[in-house]
Amino acid sequence: MGGGSALIVGYLSIIVLLPIAALVSHGLSLSVATRGAGAAFWRWRVSVGWRTFYDAVSAPGALRAIWLSLWLSFSVAAVNAVMGVAIAWVLVRDRFRGRGVLDSIIDLPFALPTIVAGVVLLAIYGPDSPIHVDLFETWMGLMLALLFVTLPFSVRAVQPVLASLDLESEAAARTLGASGGRIFFSVVLPSLWPSVLGGFGLAFARAVGEFGSISLIAGGVGRTTTASYYIFNLTSGFLWTDAAAVSAALLVISLVVLVTTNVLSRYFQTRTLS
Amino acid sequence: MRRASWTLRAVVVFYLAVLIGLPVVFLVAKAFGSGFGAFWREITQPDALSALKLSLEVAAIAVPVNTVVGVGAALLIARHKFVGRRVLDVLFDVPIAVSPIIIGVALVLAYSRLGWFGGPLGRLGIMVLFSPVGIVLATMAVSLPYVLRSIVPVLLEVGQEQEQAARTLGAGRLRIFWNVTLPSIRWAVLYGVTLTIARTLGEFGAVLIVSGNITGVTQTLPIYIYDSWDQRFDVLGSYSGALVLALISVAILAALAVLRRRERRLLVDLA
Repeated sequence: MGGGSALIVGYLSIIVLLPIAALVSHGLSLSVATRGAGAAFWRWRVSVGWRTFYDAVSAPGALRAIWLSLWLSFSVAAVNAVMGVAIAWVLVRDRFRGRGVLDSIIDLPFALPTIVAGVVLLAIYGPDSPIHVDLFETWMGLMLALLFVTLPFSVRAVQPVLASLDLESEAAARTLGASGGRIFFSVVLPSLWPSVLGGFGLAFARAVGEFGSISLIAGGVGRTTTASYYIFNLTSGFLWTDAAAVSAALLVISLVVLVTTNVLSRYFQTRTLS
Repeated sequence: MRRASWTLRAVVVFYLAVLIGLPVVFLVAKAFGSGFGAFWREITQPDALSALKLSLEVAAIAVPVNTVVGVGAALLIARHKFVGRRVLDVLFDVPIAVSPIIIGVALVLAYSRLGWFGGPLGRLGIMVLFSPVGIVLATMAVSLPYVLRSIVPVLLEVGQEQEQAARTLGAGRLRIFWNVTLPSIRWAVLYGVTLTIARTLGEFGAVLIVSGNITGVTQTLPIYIYDSWDQRFDVLGSYSGALVLALISVAILAALAVLRRRERRLLVDLA
């Protein structure tokens, strides 16, 4: 410990903790009044402006944006959970030419800046689509963008676990006459559940907060305004208090999802081990 | 069983082609659609160049700072026991667990004129909103965890025996760090730095909120790409800028792959 650690904590506070605290305080319109004489902290009375918070979050546009983000993120995380297992399976168990290329393609959405991901998708699924599939300003366009940016989370969460499974129990099931599908669902999948759930949580959290990749394809119309896009719109109109309130709500949603999937994934892990 | 594996393979290849492969191919086609000359004119026009310059300048500040902080924090978390260690570990993940838009709004509400510390900062002549200072802050925030996340698993696995041996032989703390610790984590540090560079050059949402988007002054390359499409209707400019950043990303992926071959304990974990 010592000077170095103080510097690190100080830096963390300046660039992350104090700003988040300021955001929550602003969003909940926290105000501090002192009770009685003196400014000692036990005399502080913190009051929350629930009314302002409630109004900002329950505005029709806000509710619609949050709902859109929630169901889109859930669907995207679910689709990629299934595809993640399929892709991981092919990468780990299958042998064919070009498998290495597939393996490195998975990481591209990680390395690609989100705005580039947005432009890349518009190049083929945009208004001047060369294959005549125009998803501009549609929820399907948003979904595609979110599937794109969350795919690596879903695949990379499952892949190492699948690679570390021992093949003996599968071989045993096969000698006992189980079919390929039966082996997958009763032998392989139970040990994959914790990692699939972990990937689901990461993908969901990423999708709920995602902005860059959808900012262009959303086009700025109401029906494709996600929660993060809605917050951005509020800041463009300098409605910072409303922006802070919706941000605080979104913050809570992300945290709840991450904690829930973490707990579930741990529950499945202990159940598989015992 | 054979047919099932063929079907699965086909589904996976199709999904990856529709989602990633074809879009990237068409980006290249669109960027070069009007010839290489037009592409070159787009990426060498003054606004594009000043955006690239600002992106590189921001990276030149954010990457070294976050590398030093990341190495320091990794040593703290992996080598010391103290109250709040778990908390510190979790707090470092906050920037990637929440939306970049939220990070941007949070920075504004802390350091702009309408925020907590805006008044005192303003009197010192520091303006955070609509200025490069804000862009640097936002970039540092979102790229904070990568060095730490790359190093900690390696530090834990390498263990402390060699460091303890050096200490018994009378080496000082700095000497131990340079001669014992650093050599064992050098690939992990490089890996984390590469991830930090990737995130730094690509950050969009948080920067958009704090920058105010002033052409030639506060436009980084990602914002230039967005602005070209959304405000200036210069689609070719957008495709061209995107291709430049995409090529940088491919170089970064290649670097990460090389580093992973050197050090098996590294994961592609941007999560």
